Amino acid sequence: MYYLSEQQRVLAEGARDKACPFGEDINLDAYIHDPDHDQVPTYDELVAEERETLVKAGFDVGDHDRAASFLQVNHAIGHCCRKVEGVEVMPMRQALELYDSLPEYWWQAVDVDADKYTAKVALDFDNGYFIRALAGTKTTLPVQTCLFMSSEKVLQNVHNIIVVEEGAELEIISGCATSHQMKQGLHLGVSELYIKKNARLSFTMIHHWGEEVVTRPRTVVQVDEGGTYISNYISMKKVRSLQMYPTAYLRGRGGTVRFNSVVAAPAGSHLDMGSRVYLSHPECRAEVISRAVSFGGDIVARGHLVGEDPAVKAHLECHGLMLSRRGLIHAIPELEGRAAGVEMSHEAAVGKIAREEVEYLMARGLSEEEATSTIVRGFLNVAIEGLPASLQKDLDELMARSNEGGM
Amino acid sequence: MLTVEDLWVDVGGKQVLKGVNFEIPDGRTHILFGKNGSGKTTLLLTLIGFSAYEVVQGRILFKGIDITRMPVNERVQLGMGVSFQRPPAVRGLLTRQMADICNRSGADYKELAERLNFTDFLDRELNVGFSGGEMKRSEMLQLMLQKPDFIMLDEPESGVDIENMHLIGKVASELLERHLNRTRKRSGLIITHTGYILDYLNADLGYVMIDGAIVCSGNPYQIFSTINEKGFEECANCTI
Repeated sequence: MYYLSEQQRVLAEGARDKACPFGEDINLDAYIHDPDHDQVPTYDELVAEERETLVKAGFDVGDHDRAASFLQVNHAIGHCCRKVEGVEVMPMRQALELYDSLPEYWWQAVDVDADKYTAKVALDFDNGYFIRALAGTKTTLPVQTCLFMSSEKVLQNVHNIIVVEEGAELEIISGCATSHQMKQGLHLGVSELYIKKNARLSFTMIHHWGEEVVTRPRTVVQVDEGGTYISNYISMKKVRSLQMYPTAYLRGRGGTVRFNSVVAAPAGSHLDMGSRVYLSHPECRAEVISRAVSFGGDIVARGHLVGEDPAVKAHLECHGLMLSRRGLIHAIPELEGRAAGVEMSHEAAVGKIAREEVEYLMARGLSEEEATSTIVRGFLNVAIEGLPASLQKDLDELMARSNEGGM
Repeated sequence: MLTVEDLWVDVGGKQVLKGVNFEIPDGRTHILFGKNGSGKTTLLLTLIGFSAYEVVQGRILFKGIDITRMPVNERVQLGMGVSFQRPPAVRGLLTRQMADICNRSGADYKELAERLNFTDFLDRELNVGFSGGEMKRSEMLQLMLQKPDFIMLDEPESGVDIENMHLIGKVASELLERHLNRTRKRSGLIITHTGYILDYLNADLGYVMIDGAIVCSGNPYQIFSTINEKGFEECANCTI
């Protein structure tokens, strides 16, 4: 409560039961939020137990080739270190203390009363990370973060802020994962990203949740003049329910944003996800590319581009591949031109693998299974380049299952 | 090498091949002529085993083995190879990755790609936005790496300019070991409309296919000359 103004608190209280228009409405009371009594493993214990899981979420436990690392386990900070100058990485609570509640950034992009999930994070805030690249800093190594859940039925409320100051360039790999022993859990994550003038942020988020986990990330990105935001989102593993609609506001001339997402939905997964971009200044550019593969799970792939200045360009692409007789892929691309002269386009396609392509590869010696896997991998690789080796392995395992479900 | 016996094939429920018979011995290159829609591509895709081509009667023997019901990749492992007329675009798969799939021996193909004037295309998605000529060079590169014993080329010259035609012709000749005489092992079946490829192959025998059946066979150069002079109708009466 300390971290909310009275007005924010009233708004959050009023939104306690405010359902989100998208995705399943989650009963928050079904999860346990008890930071004082939660048994959180130490970083060393966790590393021994969950090394592989962390690696699959893109987290290098030895901090090798990383500019900084941040790990939160349930409600507690598991690990936080920094190896380079010019980049601040610290727990959110520490940043709020240090910088007088960060009035420029704290709840300035995301509304506390957007829905019951933002309200919950506001009212029962655990922690999160604060990352800032100071003006002009250009790091060659990425910062890594991981939000980890390890207790059964745990509710994790996280609030993150990332600031990339003028002229700075930063790369972040952010993993979200659960202990292999844990089945159910709820992750609520508010992220506010501020890309200042001529700054650049590449943000790769890898979800590696437990099969019965529910997650509701809430992300808003503000991009100033000449700034660039690149988001890569990857989720290859079953997750019971994910709903998110990250939104970027291009607030100055020449702002650029690209959302790439690659998701696979095994049977039992329900993903409702998309990206929204407001282009309100000249020469702003946006590209939203998604690749969705259903192995029997449900995927709603949304996208919404709003052109508010005549000199903007934007493109939206939702491609889906059905690899099972069951499951759903529902592509919902939306374009909203609010000024004469906008150039906005979209393409959406949902289908199965073309038999002709499979046999073409078989005619070069691949078995039917190998040919199918190769095509699916290619389909997904369109959006994400340079996938870490550990993720590629996950992807390969999924591919091997591509003939399940009556293909 | 290849024996086709009384082959009847349906495509989408429609009868396309109607009792095709022929034989290609080791080391021989045969040419298949025919109008558009006569069934030439259907024959090639049936020989390689594509599932849309249903063999309703007859059989295909390759190296003495009945491959009529064999999956595509097993035919390829036995030594068949094909250059497609219109190969599909495969998004996200780089041409280099496809070349690696074909290159089972792990040979260095840098020089070969350069010869085919194709180096710049290796890091492009396979057949995505390729011109007709680029597709053909890609197909020839793949076949050169695959090193099949029996080579099928479906209109290797379509969409290829004169300069690249020379290149394709030389590579096809090399692939079919036309420079060898007694030691030549590889065989081929080539579909051609324009006949340009004939200049490079010194082919052994030609067939004319009309309405799903082979109506005539003989010297391929003589057949081509007759088709040019008198059209396919004359072949139906087979004056050669």
